[in-house]
Amino acid sequence: MKGFLLSFRSEFFKSRKTLGFWAAVILPLMICVLLFIGFYTKSEKLASMAPMMLWLQFAGAILKVMGSLLLPMYVIFIAYSVNNIEHNADTWKSLFSLPISRCAVYTAKYFYALFLVLLCMCLFVLFTISFGNLLSLVKPQLRFDNYHMEKQLLQVYFKLFLSSLGILSIQFLLSLLWANFLKPIGVGFICTIAGVILAINNWEYGYLFPYAHPSIAIANMVSRANEAANKLEIDVFTKEVPVSIVISILVFIGGYFIVLKRSIR
Amino acid sequence: MVIRTEGLSFNFGNQQVIKSLNLQVPEGSIYGFLGPNGAGKTTTIKLLLNLLKTQHGSIHIFEQEYHNNRISILSQIGALIEQPAIYAHLTGKENLQNRALLLQVSANRVDEMLSLVQLNGAANKKAGQYSLGMKQRLGIALALLNDPKLLILDEPTNGLDPNGIIEIRELLIKLVSQHQKTVFISSHLLVEVERMATHVGIIDNGELRFQGSVKDLEAISHPQIRIETDNTVDAANLLNRKHYTVTDVTDQYIFVNYTSRDQTAQINTLLIQNGYQVFSIGKQQKDLEKLFLSITQNAA
Repeated sequence: MKGFLLSFRSEFFKSRKTLGFWAAVILPLMICVLLFIGFYTKSEKLASMAPMMLWLQFAGAILKVMGSLLLPMYVIFIAYSVNNIEHNADTWKSLFSLPISRCAVYTAKYFYALFLVLLCMCLFVLFTISFGNLLSLVKPQLRFDNYHMEKQLLQVYFKLFLSSLGILSIQFLLSLLWANFLKPIGVGFICTIAGVILAINNWEYGYLFPYAHPSIAIANMVSRANEAANKLEIDVFTKEVPVSIVISILVFIGGYFIVLKRSIR
Repeated sequence: MVIRTEGLSFNFGNQQVIKSLNLQVPEGSIYGFLGPNGAGKTTTIKLLLNLLKTQHGSIHIFEQEYHNNRISILSQIGALIEQPAIYAHLTGKENLQNRALLLQVSANRVDEMLSLVQLNGAANKKAGQYSLGMKQRLGIALALLNDPKLLILDEPTNGLDPNGIIEIRELLIKLVSQHQKTVFISSHLLVEVERMATHVGIIDNGELRFQGSVKDLEAISHPQIRIETDNTVDAANLLNRKHYTVTDVTDQYIFVNYTSRDQTAQINTLLIQNGYQVFSIGKQQKDLEKLFLSITQNAA
């Protein structure tokens, strides 16, 4: 446990000045700022909207691209960046000759990637809520303050986070094994496109393909149970979510044995 | 023994790169691990650090095996393998701080190491902007950070200028003599190692060709008499006729196998009596460099 905590802190120390870390902050901030500007300039057109619809427009604009593109690509990038820091500096050999168990080094690295994805999702929630409320302050005709969807947003982003775990584990392993930039990113990109196609076409076994999970998670997020009552309820655990979690655990464990067997060049 | 391997062999695929290696590195020694490029030095070092899994044979470090004692062994080793592993986007100091964090070493130690390898001035410069020599020194500082009992260095003077090489050599000698460390240092340059090593192992094509103290190595190198004279070819013929074993003749020098001081004096007299001018004459150890070459080339 001590080795894990030390390695985790070291991961933060190493990456705190890199894009890999700051992407978790910059990506949600930039997107929310752009949306803010869009809503600010088009405020006249939007003024007639009901507060709930305003929120759905605001948050939905991000969520539309989040499942199909933003989240998978971000996860692919993060998995690459936490491993690339070692490939680049040729530091695997020194990392694995430290008096820390290989398991701790591997697990800490994986959980650091996981932490970055979670941080990014949390910041999306935070910035969406903050910029929505800021809009109602600077443009009082936009009645963002008359409706609250913090809970739903938290649930949606938590669901997205869980649905991305399968991709994270696979990409983490690929990026660890391949020092090359193009291979893991290329594979990830092709699989993401395949995933989107599967999700769009509602293929019945799409929920088994990890790269389709975020898209399917978004498509299945609204609970049908209370639709009639015009209440927005989020269904977090639709079937692709447990599949994503199981795949991520299996690949994570399998990856550990590959790392254990593998020679460090 | 600090390092002891028995029958250590290693294959990359079908190619056997290490063949039944029996290393013996005594405590408090500077063990020069010599061999031409591609002889298997780095592979051996990776095996010693458990970065490669032992396939055949055994490795004992501090008389312990990796199987159950990996962390306790590694906590007493400092290593520098090939090019130093340095994060280019961090400063030299941050590189050390990161390692100190992982090894739970106090922050003071970072400053001590920086001054030991004389990088105080460049401590806050990005390590990516360091010269090769500075990187190498930072690598050595990283290896020394946890005050290890055993230091394993793979070609640590690569890319260093003569001053840098001397500094590293003095540092290593000091570590061994004053701090009771053991140093295992690989190199393809004998000159570099013979000036500091107490023990030498010579590896070629994955096989250990020689192992012993530096004195043992010198003993198998036959001393010679080097004679500087005006007409080396004729003088050499004369010596041959008088049954001296001439081993080499150059434009300037004749080399004859050394047997005793008296014999040297007799040769001198002989040459002078026959009208040759002797500019210099003296006993000379066979160059270890030549010995190293002959050990590694005979095998080929």
